[in-house]
Amino acid sequence: MTDNKKKIVIAGATSAIAEHCARLWVSEAAVDLTLIGRNSDRTERVAADLRVRSPQSVFRILEADFIDPLAIRQLVDGIVAEGSVDIVLIAHGSLPDQAVCQQDLTACHEALTVNGISPVLFAEAFAGHMQKANRGTLAMIGSVAGDRGRKSNYVYGAAKGLVTRYAQGLQHRLANTGVKVVLIKPGPTDTPMTAHLKQQGARLASVENVAQLIVKGITQGKPVVYVPAKWALIMMVIRHLPRFVFNKLEI
Amino acid sequence: MVAVSSWGRLSKRQHEVVALSDRDHVIQQLKSSRSGIAHGMGRSYGDVCLNPDGVLWNTTGLDRFISFDESTGLLACEAGVLLRDIQRLVMPQGWTLPVTPGTQLVTVGGAIANDVHGKNHHVLGSFGDHVQRIKLIRTNGAATECGPDLLPDWFSATVGGLGLTGVITEAEIQLRRVPGPWLATETVPYGNLDEFFRLADDSEADWEHTVSWVDCISGEVGRGIFMRGNPAHVDHRPEPKNRKLTMPLVPPISLVNRLSLRPFNMAYFNLKKRQAGSGIAHYESFFYPLDNLLEWNRMYGPKGFFQYQSVVPREVGREAVRAMLGEIARSGEGSFLAVLKTFGNRQAVGMMSFPQLGVTLALDFPNQGERTLKLFERLDAIVREARGRIYPAKDARMPRDLFESGYPRLKEFIQYRDPGISSAFSRRLMEN
Repeated sequence: MTDNKKKIVIAGATSAIAEHCARLWVSEAAVDLTLIGRNSDRTERVAADLRVRSPQSVFRILEADFIDPLAIRQLVDGIVAEGSVDIVLIAHGSLPDQAVCQQDLTACHEALTVNGISPVLFAEAFAGHMQKANRGTLAMIGSVAGDRGRKSNYVYGAAKGLVTRYAQGLQHRLANTGVKVVLIKPGPTDTPMTAHLKQQGARLASVENVAQLIVKGITQGKPVVYVPAKWALIMMVIRHLPRFVFNKLEI
Repeated sequence: MVAVSSWGRLSKRQHEVVALSDRDHVIQQLKSSRSGIAHGMGRSYGDVCLNPDGVLWNTTGLDRFISFDESTGLLACEAGVLLRDIQRLVMPQGWTLPVTPGTQLVTVGGAIANDVHGKNHHVLGSFGDHVQRIKLIRTNGAATECGPDLLPDWFSATVGGLGLTGVITEAEIQLRRVPGPWLATETVPYGNLDEFFRLADDSEADWEHTVSWVDCISGEVGRGIFMRGNPAHVDHRPEPKNRKLTMPLVPPISLVNRLSLRPFNMAYFNLKKRQAGSGIAHYESFFYPLDNLLEWNRMYGPKGFFQYQSVVPREVGREAVRAMLGEIARSGEGSFLAVLKTFGNRQAVGMMSFPQLGVTLALDFPNQGERTLKLFERLDAIVREARGRIYPAKDARMPRDLFESGYPRLKEFIQYRDPGISSAFSRRLMEN
């Protein structure tokens, strides 16, 4: 890269939250954006939209296997070989059906892999390079669900809890470097992933607002960002509820 | 199931909402769905976007641009993209939507399905006049592309087709050059309907945008404020800061009522009269004055409101408008949101398009039940006699005979309907 466009990499670029973050980034300034997705047709559509919004930006689309550790390593090495990265956003995930996970261990395994192990492998693949470059911000999308296991979605919560604990450790490791690690914990957000929750009448935050708060949190390099911010308070209460109260809750 | 209202907030019934967000997945979603209707921002006032106890295909997740050619102004996008997002994208590059309604918080799909119009109908027609291509998905899984030069009959059925011919998933729109985001405007008070028509006629040649606010308590006199504007080149003027207010709650009774209407209209007329003359306006405040007051529809209270928008032919326009304003003033109903505007002599693209040569009157009415509906019956009689029509996008109650007489191509249109699509409006006025 000859110019000084900010270099951003998004894993899980077709996720609604990631897509809206990307729209905000390209609307601020022309960027050099690498979009990683499982399906290159869908990723290409996201890129086409961003290209219209920001013709000056540079886009690269990479199709990836999100499960295979070697493939992830190779992919990330390839990206970093072209120059050090300013922002990495690891955004992929899918909300599993808790009841199905309890019956079907394959579904359970997949949910844990996609939401927990895969994001951690991506982060780990970038972390070493970023540490060496001594710069950049690595952001991961966790979830408020990772703060305390609840019967309604603890498989997803466990995977996101893995991400939480991993991010915490990575923050510790990179504390005295130029690399910032940002853990984002969205509350339920209005995206295709949560369409069924909305059907059940849940009140969801708009994805535009959530993306705005995420982009702001990443710019500030905050270690933990709850979006919207009220979830920090709600989850503090939930984490500290004594078990005899918590076990009576239908949540 | 989710409770869904349209903009008029007249009902709040349960719907199964299916989010469309991946345009390759839409075919699958429609094929496996019960009968439904596409729903974007829900900005139509009545029931064209509702399907109680049935399915709504929410299109707001289909919000991607596909391509934009900065040299030709041809824009392709998914149907859930908001007009606001288009305007904000293209305005800095010297382009604009040729036709825009009074709110930019509507989707492209909704703008096509209702063939919305703006203040420049006499120059540029309605929204559908600028659509080059529509991608339509039928509930049997068939995907069709149509445009003015490709399956023009399907195009004509779909523009203004109220979403009943299939789900619009993508569109191409030919944008138009503008010198920038500003308009040179002129505000002219008028004392009666004769003056209004004279102003409208005199403005047709030299002004692209014309509209007027009519004081609905002035009755048959029909005094008001005429506003006209032209795109203008203005140097170095900072864009206005976007300050948004939200109507924070639904008041227990309508804030627009017999007590508030008279003083408000008096004050508004006199204020605007004093501001008469030339000015410069930003396009957002000129075209979308209400968009900065979010959820303003709440001000009509828990029972919601109707909008009554008719168009009557020009020959009988003056008499019909005079008669309608008389009825409204005698009833003591109405609101300060009252618009009187002439349409130009242009053949609409859509079989079911609303705009036609004549004069259109649009008024909000707080829902006072029977009393309001009785007034509408009297207005219907005037529209019927004048051989006019009512705008489906605003309607929640028009009688079937008026719908049929107002839309003579209805029988032709029905042949293009998708049997898997149905709305509260279509069941009310077209059997299914």
